[in-house]
Order: sequence, then C-alpha cells, then structure tokens
Amino acid sequence: MGGLVLSVGIPSLLRPGSAAPAQQPSNFAPNAFIRIDRAGAVTLVMPMVEMGQGIYTALPMLVAEELEVDLDQVRLEHAPPNDALYANAILHVQTTGLSSSVRAFWTPLRQAGAVARTLIVSVAAKKWGVDPGTCRARRGVVYDAAAARHLRYGELVDAAAALPIPAPDSVALKQPKDFTLIGTPVKRLDSADKVNGKAQFGIDAKIPGMKFAAIAISPAFGGSVRSVNEAAARAVGGVRQVVRIEGAVAVVADHTWAAKKGLKAAAVEWDDGPNAAVGSGDILRQLQEQSTRPGAVARNQGDAQKALAGAAQRFDAVYQLPFLAHAAMEPMNCTVHLQKDRCDLWVGTQAPTLTQAVVAELTGLPKDAIKVHNHLLGGGFGRRLEADGTLLAVRIAQHVSGPVKVIWSREEDIQHDMYRPAYYDRLSAGLDASGKPVAWIHRVAGSSVLARYAPPLFKNGLDVDAVEAAAEPPYDFPNIYVDYVRVEPPGIPTAFWRGVGPVKNVFIVESLIDDLAAAAKQDPVVYRRSLLSHNPRALGVLNLATEKAGWGQPLPPGRGRGVSLQAAFGSYMSQVAEVEVAPDGAIRVHRIVCAADVGIVVNPDTIAAQVEGGSLFGLTAALYGAITLKGGRVEQSNFHDYRPMRMNEAPTVETHIVKSMEAPGGFGEAPCACVTPAVTNAIFAATGKRIRTLPIDTGQLKS
Amino acid sequence: MAFTLKVNGTAHSVDVDADTPLLWVLRDVLGMTGTKFGCGIALCGVCTVHVDGTPRRSCITPIESVGDGAVTTIEAIGTTSQGSALQRAWLDLDVVQCGYCQSGQIMSAAALLMATPKPSDADIDAAMSGNVCRCGTYQRIRAAIHRAAGS
Repeated sequence: MGGLVLSVGIPSLLRPGSAAPAQQPSNFAPNAFIRIDRAGAVTLVMPMVEMGQGIYTALPMLVAEELEVDLDQVRLEHAPPNDALYANAILHVQTTGLSSSVRAFWTPLRQAGAVARTLIVSVAAKKWGVDPGTCRARRGVVYDAAAARHLRYGELVDAAAALPIPAPDSVALKQPKDFTLIGTPVKRLDSADKVNGKAQFGIDAKIPGMKFAAIAISPAFGGSVRSVNEAAARAVGGVRQVVRIEGAVAVVADHTWAAKKGLKAAAVEWDDGPNAAVGSGDILRQLQEQSTRPGAVARNQGDAQKALAGAAQRFDAVYQLPFLAHAAMEPMNCTVHLQKDRCDLWVGTQAPTLTQAVVAELTGLPKDAIKVHNHLLGGGFGRRLEADGTLLAVRIAQHVSGPVKVIWSREEDIQHDMYRPAYYDRLSAGLDASGKPVAWIHRVAGSSVLARYAPPLFKNGLDVDAVEAAAEPPYDFPNIYVDYVRVEPPGIPTAFWRGVGPVKNVFIVESLIDDLAAAAKQDPVVYRRSLLSHNPRALGVLNLATEKAGWGQPLPPGRGRGVSLQAAFGSYMSQVAEVEVAPDGAIRVHRIVCAADVGIVVNPDTIAAQVEGGSLFGLTAALYGAITLKGGRVEQSNFHDYRPMRMNEAPTVETHIVKSMEAPGGFGEAPCACVTPAVTNAIFAATGKRIRTLPIDTGQLKS
Repeated sequence: MAFTLKVNGTAHSVDVDADTPLLWVLRDVLGMTGTKFGCGIALCGVCTVHVDGTPRRSCITPIESVGDGAVTTIEAIGTTSQGSALQRAWLDLDVVQCGYCQSGQIMSAAALLMATPKPSDADIDAAMSGNVCRCGTYQRIRAAIHRAAGS
C-alpha cells in the first residue's frame, strides 16, 4: 500500500510508511477500508482526504463505532486512487468535495466495521461453541456472555480471513441510541504531528535524488514564452537545467532558492496572446449584457411574472460577486518522478483518480503505472480538485532525469489559480399588501464550473451547482422562478471554491429577504419565521441562533445585528452577526452566533471548529476578496493585496447544535456561505445601507 | 559559500549562496520540512523560526545574517517549556485544521511566551497577527496561548 501512514495513539505519529511500526501481517482485509494484523493493529484506509475539515477523525469514528475498537488502536493510510473501491457515493468518484464525505460514507464505513467485527466475533464464538449473538466485542477484544473468556482480535484474524464475507447490507448496524463514539467530541487524530512539524504535506515529500524547480507561467492567460536567457539562468550556482514548455518556464536546481534565482536571471519575456486586452470591466459588461437574456430554468412554481405584475410592492436588485482565488496556505506543488514505464506523483489532491487519469493521458502510460502518493493537504478549498498543477509538473518532468519537486511561488499560486467565478445576478420580488412575498424571480449568471468539470451533470444548459440554495430557498414562496445563464469569461479559468453555489446564493437570497422584511416593516426574524411554516428544521436553527444571540437586545451605538438562514449541503444553519460600522466606514465584526442542525452529529467539536473557521473563510472573502484583471493578467499577487483575515480582525464565533436524529448532513462548507449575509444584514441594521456587491466597499458606509 | 549553521543544537555545514534564505536551507538542503513556505515575503508567518530566541521569518532571512545564531525550529520547540506547554494546549483544544500554518503559529506563540509569560489579548494580537491561518483557527490559537500561559 503506497502513501503515508498516520499512526495515532500515544505518541501520535505521521510518518512515511517505511517508518511505521513493524506489523505482523495477516490476510484479514474483509473490505478495502480495514486491515487487522496478528498483533491486533487496525489499519483504516481513508477514501477521502484530510484538508482540515476533520475527515481523518470522522471517518475512523464511523468504522470504529461498529468495529468496536478504540481510536488509539487505529492507524490511518491515504487510499490509493481507485474509484471501484473508494468512490464517494454522492459524487460517484473518489473525490473529496461538496461537503459530502460523511454523507457518502455514513453507511458504507459503519457497514465495513460491522462486517469485520461480525467475522471476528463468529470465530471466537465457534471456538467457544456459543452463539455469536451472546458474545460482546469491546476495544478489540471479544468476550463471551459471562465475560469469563476473551480473545483479542489479533488472535482471531487468521481464522476470520478464511470465512466467507457477508454482504455489507446483511449485517445489523447499531441504533443511534447505542452509539458510544459517534456524537462525542473525540480529539482529532491528525493533531499531534501537526504541532511538532512531523505532518507530511505534499510540499514536504523527500525523494532521494530530487531536484527543485521554480516556475514562471505566462502572466496573461493563454500567453506564450517569447524569450529566455538560458545562459544567465545556468550561470547561477546550483542551477541544473532550464525547461521551456508551452506557456511556462521552469528552472531546475539543487534547491528552491537556486531555482528562483535562476528563474529571475532567465528574465523570461512573454507574448501575451489572445487575452492581452482583457480587463475586469470587459467581464462585467459581458455579464451585464448576457444576463438580460433568458436562461435555463432551474425552478418554476406558480406564475412568478404574473404575481409580480399584480404585486403591491416591487423590488428589483442586482448582485455582483467577484472572482476569488483559493490561496491555500500550502502553495501549489507536485513532486514527479517520470520513468519509462511509470510515473510517481507525490502531491496532496482532492481528486486522486482524476489526477491519475489526466496524467495517464498526458504521458501515454497506462493508469496503473501512474502512482499517486497522496498527502495531507495544506488547505484544499476546491483548488486541489484540479489537476492543472500536477499536469504542469509532469510536463516539466518530461524534460528532467530523476525526481523533481515543483513548487509554485505565492505569486504564481494567486495569479494562476482557477478562480471562483464572478457572478451577476438579477432579482425581482413582489409583496402583497400585507408584506408577504408573492413573487420571487432570480436569474443567476456566471461561468459554469460544472460544465467543464463534470459535463454529464450539466444538462440543458443548467448548472445545478450555480443555482444551489437559489432554486430551493427555505421559504414559502408561492410563485418562484429561477434560471441560469452560462457566461464564460475570456481567458480566466474558473473552478469550485469552498461553499460552491450556496456561498453566493445564500448571500443574495438572505439579502433580498432582509430587504423585503424592511419593506414590510417587520423584524427580520419575525418576517423569516412567518415564511417557514413548512420547514421546521430551518425554523429550529433560526430560533436557536437568535435566542442565543440575544436578538432584540439593545446594542451600543454604531452597531447592528443581522441574521441569515440557509438550507444547503443537507444541513440547516442560521447565524447572527454583531457588526460595528465606524464613521469612516470601517467594519468590525465583533461576534457571530451560529446554530446548526446537521442531523446526527458525528463529532460536535469538529462542527464547532468548522463553524469557527468556515465563518472566517467566508468573511475574508466578503471583506477583502477580489481577483481583478488588467491586460489579461491577474492584478493581485500575494497576501498584501489578496488579504486573508488576521487574528486581530477575527470575531468570536459561538456554535450551538440542534439535537437531531435525521441522517447526517454535509458541513465543511456551510458556514462559509451563511456568514456573509449575517454580516451584511448587520451592516444594513447599523447603517440602512444595503450591500449588493462583494467585497464590501467600506467607502460607501461612511456616515 | 560554506556556512556552519546551528539548528536545534546541531551544527550543519552547508554550501549555498550567502543570500539563500534560511527557509530553503532548512527545507531543501537539510531536509527539515516542519518549517513551511507560504508567501516568500514575510506576509504570512508559516516559515517562522527562532534565532537566539527571537522569532524570524526564515523566508527573508539570508543565511549570511544568521552567523553564529542558534536556530530553533518547530522540530525542537517542544524541548522548551513554552513550546511544550503550547503543544499540549494545542492538543487539549484541538486547534489545528489543515495544520499547514501551525508550525509558524506555535513558533510565534513560543516567542511571545518567552518574552511575555502572561500575555493579554492585545499582546496576542500584536505577536500573532502576522501569522495567517486560512482555515480560521485564530479563536482556538488565542485560547491555547492563554491556556499554555496558565500552565
């Protein structure tokens, strides 16, 4: 088994496989997720990747609950690429995204644990001549009914390996009331090595003989290399080679600094190519124009146009959202060793099978010759769903003898990201005389990531991701019409970004609802409640968040409180933000209170961590995030002009969880989407000014 | 040029240009990858190490400027009382998410506690706001620093 091994327990280790403790292998591997050796060591193979969201804790909890082992007894391995064994049942591919990992593996991994435990217990029962139903398993040990006899799993695995494997759905799973692990705040299994420098991210791969490459990609999208001063680059100490490929130059050296110096000396000149004149203004005009034409229908209930025509009050609004970079803390990187008959890749990727397939296509090697050694991800956020960085590294490796580590500078990472699309949405709503919304019309316009990334899912011109949470808002709307216009901007590549469709649509829907409440002269919470008669889970989170936030309590001058509500990723969430707007327009978000109904909770501490972190991720974009173009190139370059939120700016975030027995929902992206409208609605409460363009322009908030 | 670099109590001989940042010497030449690369221009703090107990952004610290200075990295910060208290607090509160920035966070926090054993929130803001975390773990980092300071 390739890749890395994460051993947990005390001490917790994250080491290359070769450094893992000696094992006593058995043949006991009743499925692709579990191996138990003769010493009782349990190895769990992780089908989804860890990028901070806590999945290397949640998925082991699912297995361990049924396998009846404790988490200090398990070791984790990154899965090799294999859709047949490890596909996510929601995405139908071995890809980590769309907050789907727990939803997709909730049943399969509990079944996997139950199958393994059933086999082991049956061996013990047979040895003792008793009914397996009378035996109990606990912490990797099987006990008989009187607990007089016991056998450790390691003593049973050889015999268990010889038994026929029951079908996963033939084994009984625990009732939620009997869970001992699921629902408890288990500590993360990946923490220990992340506080002592031992955790291995893709960028940390160490391959004997490895060289280091620095790259320059054409600053203008689609441009090409005009000239390179190769002699000057090679004159730099430590530089081994200059590689010129289509649209990029790499300098290969003994270490990264030599490569960077060599790249600077190479003084690459570019032909800017077909997008040389593209600027943000062109893209905005294109969106403005094309969003006037009808789109693919995402939702059509009642007769929204007729209801709008007959409404007592009418609202029209346009919402504009910018391109966004992912800016994961671990810059893009990939280490490649391309040989005649195989290609080894050391990388952290959300999409290992996609990566394998595109590298096979590029190299002409069979898929099974492409060895993807996956790693911990130093942030994913959708960026590492894409294989562009790996393909670039392989194209460089095609010219290099031996392994080469390609690390992008932060500037390359920001200027050659694949970006969250810019959107231009047009909305109209009508209220009746009592202030109820009788018409809701929403046109979403922007690039379709789905059409490029998963063409079979893009049907009849409709991007179901781009309209998620717009087509199905949580409210009672008798007449609703939502459509989508695909507008592909020239040059700039687009991609999924943490929060996907909902991260834009919840902002828009919750802003307009807030406007409608104001027009109806109603409290924003009371107004929302009146539209949730059919949606008890949404009402539940709204009530909990507003109660915990002290909705309606007085605030100091200059402050406002805003609320948001969303149903997305199979979960429900409501947030209340307290925001201070200074006379110069500067914004300080003081407090965020969040209520979440995620169905059955696997790990409540992970939910809290995702609310804390995801809210800041969303807030960073709302306050600062914009990628702009000029001359066909991205204008931002590093953290000074593509600003992350910093500690001194961060609000306190509180999490309250609704107890629920519904099936688990997705969660990693939910807070990113919910936070922005809570903040902009708070700004509206404080100033009366409605934010319809992101990032928030504090200049327009000056009093 | 040949340099002798003291890292975590061990002397290493390296032959690199004088302007080579400490970061790349640690990572690429010595193979110590606990110290991370994030921005290259001291904007994010993931590369933070100590030189004679003072926090330095290793991505902009040329090796020639280190001289006889004793370099401490995340791999050895646990041997200091502040570092080990912080690592414990980080685990107690489950601070990390993706974890990539956390080496630098802990190195900055350790330098803070060495200079200011009982930091206020304002002290923490001043010492830690140069360290970026895209996962947004700031709230727990702050709580963990207070916890380590109290231990």
